[in-house]
Amino acid sequence: MLSFILRRLAVAVPTLLVLVIISFALMFAAPGGPFSGERPPPQAVLDNINARYGLDQPYWKQMVDYIWNIVRYFDFGPSFQYRDRSVTDVIMQGFPVTLTYGFWSFVVAIVVGVSLGVMAAVKQNTWLDYLAVGITIGAQVLPNFVLGPILLLTFTLWLGWLPGGGWNGGQWQYMVMPIIALSTSYMASIARITRSSMLEVLNAGFIRTAKAKGLPMRRIIFRHALKPALLPVLSYMGPAFVGMITGSVVVDVFFSTGGIGQFFVNSAFNRDYSVIMGITILVGALTILFSLLVDLLYAWIDPKIRY
Amino acid sequence: MTLRTHLMAGTATALIALAGMAQADGHATHPDTGVALASEQVFTYRVGDDFPSYDPQLVEDVEGASVARDLFEGLMNDDAEGNLVPGVATGFEVSDDGLVYTFTLRENAMWSNGDTVTASDFVYGIQRAANPETASEYAWFLEVAGILNAGAVTAGEMPLEELGVRAIDDFTLELTIDAPRPYFPQTATFPTMFPAHQASIEANGADAMQPGKIVSNGAYVLSEYTPQERLTRVRNEMYWDNENTILEEVTALIIIDENAALTRYLAGELDQTDIPAGQFPRLSDEYPEQAYSFPDSCSYYYLFNHVSGPEALQDVRVRQALSLAVDRDIIVNNVLAGGQRAAYTFTHWAIPGWEIPDIDIADMSQEERNDQAAALLAEAGYGSDNPLEIELIYNTSDSHQAIAIAISQMWKQTLGVETTLANQEWATFLDTRGEQNYDLARAGWCADYAEPSTYLDLLTSGSSYNDGKYNNPEVDALMAEAKTSDDPMPLYQQIEQIASEEAAIIPIYHYANVLMMSDTLENWPLENLLQNWYSKDLYISAAE
Amino acid sequence: MIVDSATADRLAEAPHLAEVQGRSLWQDARVRFFRNKAAVASLVVLSLIAFFAFFGGFFAAFDNETIDFTLMGANAYKGVPSFETGHYFGVDSDGRDLFARTVQGTRISLLVGIVGAGVAVIVGTLYGATAGYFGGRIDGIMMRTVDVLMSIPFMFVLILMLVIFGRSILMLFIGIGLISWLDMARIARGQTLTLKNKEFVEAAVATGVSPMKIILRHIVPNLIGIVVVYATLLIPGMIITESFISFLGLGVQEPATSLGALIDTGADNLNNGTRWQLYFPLFFFVTTLFAFFFVGDGLRDALDPKDR
Repeated sequence: MLSFILRRLAVAVPTLLVLVIISFALMFAAPGGPFSGERPPPQAVLDNINARYGLDQPYWKQMVDYIWNIVRYFDFGPSFQYRDRSVTDVIMQGFPVTLTYGFWSFVVAIVVGVSLGVMAAVKQNTWLDYLAVGITIGAQVLPNFVLGPILLLTFTLWLGWLPGGGWNGGQWQYMVMPIIALSTSYMASIARITRSSMLEVLNAGFIRTAKAKGLPMRRIIFRHALKPALLPVLSYMGPAFVGMITGSVVVDVFFSTGGIGQFFVNSAFNRDYSVIMGITILVGALTILFSLLVDLLYAWIDPKIRY
Repeated sequence: MTLRTHLMAGTATALIALAGMAQADGHATHPDTGVALASEQVFTYRVGDDFPSYDPQLVEDVEGASVARDLFEGLMNDDAEGNLVPGVATGFEVSDDGLVYTFTLRENAMWSNGDTVTASDFVYGIQRAANPETASEYAWFLEVAGILNAGAVTAGEMPLEELGVRAIDDFTLELTIDAPRPYFPQTATFPTMFPAHQASIEANGADAMQPGKIVSNGAYVLSEYTPQERLTRVRNEMYWDNENTILEEVTALIIIDENAALTRYLAGELDQTDIPAGQFPRLSDEYPEQAYSFPDSCSYYYLFNHVSGPEALQDVRVRQALSLAVDRDIIVNNVLAGGQRAAYTFTHWAIPGWEIPDIDIADMSQEERNDQAAALLAEAGYGSDNPLEIELIYNTSDSHQAIAIAISQMWKQTLGVETTLANQEWATFLDTRGEQNYDLARAGWCADYAEPSTYLDLLTSGSSYNDGKYNNPEVDALMAEAKTSDDPMPLYQQIEQIASEEAAIIPIYHYANVLMMSDTLENWPLENLLQNWYSKDLYISAAE
Repeated sequence: MIVDSATADRLAEAPHLAEVQGRSLWQDARVRFFRNKAAVASLVVLSLIAFFAFFGGFFAAFDNETIDFTLMGANAYKGVPSFETGHYFGVDSDGRDLFARTVQGTRISLLVGIVGAGVAVIVGTLYGATAGYFGGRIDGIMMRTVDVLMSIPFMFVLILMLVIFGRSILMLFIGIGLISWLDMARIARGQTLTLKNKEFVEAAVATGVSPMKIILRHIVPNLIGIVVVYATLLIPGMIITESFISFLGLGVQEPATSLGALIDTGADNLNNGTRWQLYFPLFFFVTTLFAFFFVGDGLRDALDPKDR
């Protein structure tokens, strides 16, 4: 087990390195720089700026310095766009926000998705099943950039129940719409996966035996069927996590939550190299960590798996 | 670490006390207008993007400059009509040769920590902007203002002391410029020229502008800044004119999506927001008291590539034809529909003292223009057998896209010109345009100061912002003459005439600010063309 | 990320899929597929949508780029859907016929889905089959590389690429395709491992056929079933990804459009009296995705009877 973890972490290093190299290469290939504007400043001004941010160094040196500063000082450099802030400031500000609403979206997606899926499977081919399948497919295909404005119009303008955006330190009123917008499609996927794996489990021999023994259905489901049926859900969690980080862009745009999604897109458009790099590395590292966690959880739930 | 920091407890208590007073009073009125004031003097507005910076010497965008103007105060301020009024300086004198400005500072101006604002704070501020170590993107503004040796100091070729700014005593500041510039005093309202508090900046380094650490001399102090979410400033008790400040708290909410912002405005969460393109007619029908449109000193135009563009665009008849076939009325009335004005000349119509010359193309009907355009294009040898094909680049934005789509269709429908649209993201776009790798490009220009030369300089061959590389010695000569002329307006008109005859660019429209503003928000400087607004001049009236 | 990995895992674990599929097996699958009513209905719907996308233009009264200047911008609310004016779906906010634009947008979205999925399965299958066939060290290195790439947030990289190299439909195809070949590679490798010990492969090896030829001639054709299933499941994800890219403003160049771009504009004008601008493209978007989901599920169940 330990060697498995170590091996996985060892792979993380080259992965992050590849990530840094790809992003660096892309950014150097990019036309335009972080300091181009409608009125290009005189060359002397540009030289000062480039010198200050080390952009006058050769590319390889910039990259080596960058990696070295991270390894040595955990310093991701200054932001080019936000003159008064460092990348660490930007991430420390945006990341907790994304993580908070991301976590709750995850919880909502899993709880609602699994319940819907189990219900649909147990009541297979009844109207409940059809309803659940209909809802979930509908939820899965509705883009969240459509859901965003609909939620906003409904809850903020027409009903006046919820504030239309902002974060305010994460009060619940400000989180409701971001969570709905972010979790809906994952909830739907989870429900669909749960339903089909639950059906499979319910048809398996040991469940038939249990039924034959006359155990109550509720008990069969919760004691015996649920755990194996959740394994596919577990392996879906990795991709769902990555998808949520990407989807947070939409949430940040519509609900002004100030998470890293918005910072990323903004930085990409503004050529804020250091913020792009910082966020990409962070998300990459988290993805690795998360998939490791999921694998461990998998091993814990499914005793057949040994690493 | 969090960037959210709250005010010192003392100030907060004072605020509560003040608010209490206003409430107890109940019928507070505005000292000048006598309008009943709302008990809660809070103004919340939308900005479309986060502030790159609000540090006066680093500010590079309009919204950041507005914050800097609230937090800091320069030598002079704008009033509601855009006229200069005293700020930290009570007035100034100009030497006979027009090169030396001597400002007298008021003695009661204070920093938010209680220090007195002195002439050396201005010296430090201006030197800080020019200092190569600060690496301010706006160091060039000192060159525009003409501060002596600004270029050389920024380039690191001269020491900071050589900069044309000197403290004669604590309350007398002397600024030296390189040539007589009648607009110079106006530049004093620009944040780059604001004072800076040396002790706190040197002590706090990169954090000097964070809430709780920032020391400022404006009517407001920063109380909270959460990047990508909000920036809040509250009354500065130390401000010299604090007793005439009415608004207690001003919050900028960063809302990227303009439609989301509009929804939140309609839900009552904002006092001011932008109206998305094309929605002004509907909103002004539904909310006549709240939808505003007033001039904004920017011009929208298309650039021809005069050096490396296709052969066809070097032919004045082709350029004329393309310009004539653009139905500006459709652009301003249908696409934008927010009170913008059709443009046939470059300089914004609302620039004070500016009279638009009589331009042929402006007086024709669109049918006449279309006919003439078709004739000109045929004369140049393009038609159905030899269609003109051009590429138009624009930077990513819904309204630029809508305009580009409309214009390309006008060209197609009236002239049979095939236009390829290339939507490029901002940095890429600027690069392409700056290197003249295009046929036609979208461009916009906003006035730095309220005088036609701020626009017309772009048509001179020496301007670094002349991305079309239009080059006409006659225009250059006229422009040079205008710099020293007592009455430059006729010269400017002549330049516009030439530019129109040669179709140097395609002027499309003159901007307007199109805003929703709460009917209780009073005193917004609608007449200030450059939109230099100060929260200290605003107030919230009591709802009826 | 695009197809849930549970499905991918299941496909990877289905050894019989890679068995040399004789006529009867395909026939069985077909029978099973046609017994699935939802899947058959969806297939019909998909055919109709494809017909709409490729031939709808013939029924349009206008092309997709001509502007009616009296119905644009501030007057778009007058461009209501109507058979009399010939604007069956109304006009978009720029005064262009929404029917023609929906036709063209559906076409682009379908193409992005199909070509993107094509790129993903071709790259993935070849890569996986090669790794699986050679095994040993090569396999180890190739699959570790896949592991490494799996942890890269490709959506971020794709955004960067589109921002930097400018938007183009080719870039979209490649970018979206490259995001999702990794799962396919894993599946193909798993299948190849079981195939490579089959007699016909061993016979080919014995007669000295070159490895690349074996992979292309003998292995890949036997992966077709699983490839088709996976591709069908991939397509809706691709279409959703494209719509997200369009939302960011990085989609195809005007005057071309995609369903995602149309929906995005429609959603912007949700409160502006022109709701049809959202409803029509959204209807086609949702219906297309629905249909692909059902067909994909149907195909999977038909080829992999474990469920029954």
